[in-house]
Amino acid sequence: MYDIRESLTAHTVEEALSLLSTHEGMIPAAGGTDILIKVRERKLKAVSLVSILGIPELNTISMGEDGSICIGPVCCFTRITEDPLIMENVPMLGEACRQIGSPQIRNVATIGGNICNGAVSADSVTPLYALDAILTLRSVKGERCIPIREFHTGPGKTVRNPDELLTMIRIPKESFAKHGSCYIKFGQRKAMEIATLGCAVNVSLSEDKTKICSAAIAYGVAAPTPVRCTETETLLTGMTIGPELFKTAREHVTAELQPRDSWRASKELRIQLIKELVVRALKSAVIRAGGEVD
Amino acid sequence: MQVVHFYVNGKPKELAVQDGEVLTDTLRNQLGLTSVKKGCEVGECGACTVLIDGHAQNSCLFLTTWAEGKHILTVEGLRSGCGELHPVQQAFIDEAAVQCGFCTPGFIMTGVELVNSGKKYTREELREAISGHLCRCTGYENILRALEKVVGIKS
Repeated sequence: MYDIRESLTAHTVEEALSLLSTHEGMIPAAGGTDILIKVRERKLKAVSLVSILGIPELNTISMGEDGSICIGPVCCFTRITEDPLIMENVPMLGEACRQIGSPQIRNVATIGGNICNGAVSADSVTPLYALDAILTLRSVKGERCIPIREFHTGPGKTVRNPDELLTMIRIPKESFAKHGSCYIKFGQRKAMEIATLGCAVNVSLSEDKTKICSAAIAYGVAAPTPVRCTETETLLTGMTIGPELFKTAREHVTAELQPRDSWRASKELRIQLIKELVVRALKSAVIRAGGEVD
Repeated sequence: MQVVHFYVNGKPKELAVQDGEVLTDTLRNQLGLTSVKKGCEVGECGACTVLIDGHAQNSCLFLTTWAEGKHILTVEGLRSGCGELHPVQQAFIDEAAVQCGFCTPGFIMTGVELVNSGKKYTREELREAISGHLCRCTGYENILRALEKVVGIKS
């Protein structure tokens, strides 16, 4: 028995928003795989939950008129990894989602939950940072769109107000068209593992495929929130693909991050991972964008 | 308390449950379906795996109130009309994939999900497919052999 005061179910977004606005402390639950663990660990007590898993309009993946990819927040990870639109346009995201938990968890755990929990290790979130995803938050009062880079404010903390619901995750076309990307998760084992460190790189190349046109580098578990390394990205822009490029990435990323000791890994190991993973992910992203790496 | 309506092993059920009741407990205590095991209770061991609308899920992380209108399948619902075992169950017997048996119902349900997908799987894919189940007896070899017999590329 979980310490749950009230478990309600919303069938439409409007119904969910109205419950969130009238019931103080009510938490939206999608897959529930993280919330129920928090309740079990007594980090949440006597909670009121509103299930949003059965809201059809939040469970869609589509391409918008402007070519952007729109993902409903209650899409489970299995759905995302099997979706042709995702695998064709943003394979990095599908690959990241496939590394979460176990098949049973992925059958119910959702991308929206992964974002809203605010975990720094969330495997779907680091790629979304590198893809400059835009989040739509709705409440009974209205709607706002914010870049995912402004969403997380600290470990487990986000800018989502208690009465707001994440209703859409949008990946702009300019983030994935003619781009190559790669997410690498480092963990102690392949399944049922929380990332020790995660690195996502998304690049576009010049016409002749020899130079970096744009680069996005994102990390999970390398700072109190998922982060982008914007200074390193600027340094890499315009560089020719070759040893100097990878050396620059390797040498500059750590200055923008604050890895720390935890029971999962030491700070020293994380620094080593930060340097190594950026090179591997960057090489892979360049190859996927059509470039050559020796 | 809430009244929940759902289908368990094909039969409609109407049950009164507490808001915080978890599906594992409802299936075991209210419906007597004790093939659904209580292991870690945090979604790591897979012993409580059931199919919810055809998808393998950990019933320990699913509130019974969330099951409204859904179809739940447990090992008890696998037997055919004439009493024969499901091919996955038979393969587990043939390959001696059972020792203490605690993890077995969970593995069987994941196996049933794989069979229902209509696809065939390589050993590497099967290893990934069972990564949400822990078995502390067999070392997985016989379990993989049993699954290969039913949904393996060579089967």
